[in-house]
Amino acid sequence: MAISEAVGQRPFVRAPRRGVATRLLEDERWLAAALLLPTVVLLGLFIAYPFIEGVLLSVTDTKVGIPGHFVALQNFIALWHDSIFGTAVWNTFVYTAVATVFKLALGLWLALLLNRHFRGKAFTRAFILLPFIIPTVLSTFAWKWMFDPTFSVINWSLFQLGLIHGRINWLGDPNLALISVIIVNVWRGVPFFAISLLAGLQTINPELQEAAAIDGARPWQRFWHVTWPLLLPVTMVVVLFSVIQTFADFQLVYVLTGGGPANATQLFATYAYQVGVGTGLLSEGAAISLAMFPFLLIVVVVQLLYIRRVEVH
Amino acid sequence: MIEGAKWRRWVYFYIPLSGFVFWLLFPFYWMLVTSIRPDRELYRPWMAPNYTPFWTAHPTLVHVMDLLTETLFTRWMLNTLFIAIVSTVISLFCGVFAGYALSRLKFPFAGSLGAGIFITYLVPQTLLFIPLADIIRNFHLGDTPWALILTYPTFLIPFCTWLLMGYFKAIPRELEECARIDGATRWKAMLYIIIPIAVPGIMSAGIFAFTLSWNEFIYALVFLSSAEQKTVSVGVTSELVRGDVFYWGQLMAGALLGSIPVAFIYSFFVEHYVAGLTGSVKG
Repeated sequence: MAISEAVGQRPFVRAPRRGVATRLLEDERWLAAALLLPTVVLLGLFIAYPFIEGVLLSVTDTKVGIPGHFVALQNFIALWHDSIFGTAVWNTFVYTAVATVFKLALGLWLALLLNRHFRGKAFTRAFILLPFIIPTVLSTFAWKWMFDPTFSVINWSLFQLGLIHGRINWLGDPNLALISVIIVNVWRGVPFFAISLLAGLQTINPELQEAAAIDGARPWQRFWHVTWPLLLPVTMVVVLFSVIQTFADFQLVYVLTGGGPANATQLFATYAYQVGVGTGLLSEGAAISLAMFPFLLIVVVVQLLYIRRVEVH
Repeated sequence: MIEGAKWRRWVYFYIPLSGFVFWLLFPFYWMLVTSIRPDRELYRPWMAPNYTPFWTAHPTLVHVMDLLTETLFTRWMLNTLFIAIVSTVISLFCGVFAGYALSRLKFPFAGSLGAGIFITYLVPQTLLFIPLADIIRNFHLGDTPWALILTYPTFLIPFCTWLLMGYFKAIPRELEECARIDGATRWKAMLYIIIPIAVPGIMSAGIFAFTLSWNEFIYALVFLSSAEQKTVSVGVTSELVRGDVFYWGQLMAGALLGSIPVAFIYSFFVEHYVAGLTGSVKG
């Protein structure tokens, strides 16, 4: 009896009152919705919506200030017959393929060098990343100045070394311009490859190397049969990232050559800019940009499949 | 270390490494030398007998002074700083919440939302800049910093989310459960237990996002038109090249000064930056 009385007498203590919002946020689904809302709104507004807008734009004949009419696939058919577009597609593939191969090869080499112990290692690592962190447009101007046919320090050096006799017009010669642009792209990309691959190398247990060495493997064999297979997952991801960035590159070419001479360095993005912004043919520019999409999609799908496969294993 | 004779160490290690360092850093040295070189030396053809490429006998600050007094350079720096800071803060805010939700909460469509954000991470700016310019105009944001502040998060949020998901995943569930048993709401457990643990990740994401926004070019080029609204990259590109005339001294001085804020932040947070860089790849 006493107990029940005691219970009865004590005023019932309520849990502290919580607002509707707090109670809803206790539910995982509502909390997730609330947390994701700002991201979804921003990405929807400035990625999904422009994408749809871009598709709609590309099937009209809109120009700056002039609303367009529906023209179905005419813009894309026109592109198909456009020889400059053909050049841009070809250049983009060459640019991406050659630059990526060199970035990977040199980046891997540099990563292997940095993976050793030596004095000033942290210092060196910090400094070699500079090309990657300094705003691309600004560092590209330094290259443009170094490539200047009349004042080029590169020409001077090659001349002094006796390698050339006349002047080299790095950016003005249609046969050389794409190579020059690729050199700058490789210069900018190597640190990214090197540092990412270095991070990959550091996760590899050194005992594996030692074991292979004890078994009599030569340095090259140790690299090829031990290091490289273990590094492959990181390498794949880095390469795919870099391929997307290189494929869609704009600023480097815009600063160095603007797509010239005679479209020798014209890429998808620079051509889209020239047509869409320079000439004001919005719909055609949008069509050129969108023409990148299938290629990018393939790369992204490969990447997603690869990541999934790695996660399963 | 390389085994064997000393010459092998030189051939396989010191020489290639020095080659890399020289190649990667020379353009910055060249920037510096050009920006303090007087014009009469600057425009001396390389064929000229008295061409002194690697140093200057008469260093001058005239290009830097011209840049600071005759152009809107300081204005561009402030614009870029403002845009980079605000868009980084917005992206961190969104990225922390989204990363937490995607890595630690169970809800329908979590997988597809995560994949969706990952795909937007891979969308290059050059794919959408033309329709986006149209949208910015319709929203009356054209030629204002907000055009960039609101669009930069489109490539910063996916990156921050992706990076932070990795950090959040590594935090043991028990920590959160303890707090909840002690009466904390989910919201408070996240705010006071989980997020503070992820601070190193948030720092990395923030530093990386800041440098990415400082670096951005094509949106700034297309969305801004008046000289006083421009960012450093666009201002230097469009205002220091008049017609066909390149003001190389000023250009290089601008490139050098425009790189300093990024280099400064980078030098203090190298480790965080590298963590962000490698984390962004590994996910």
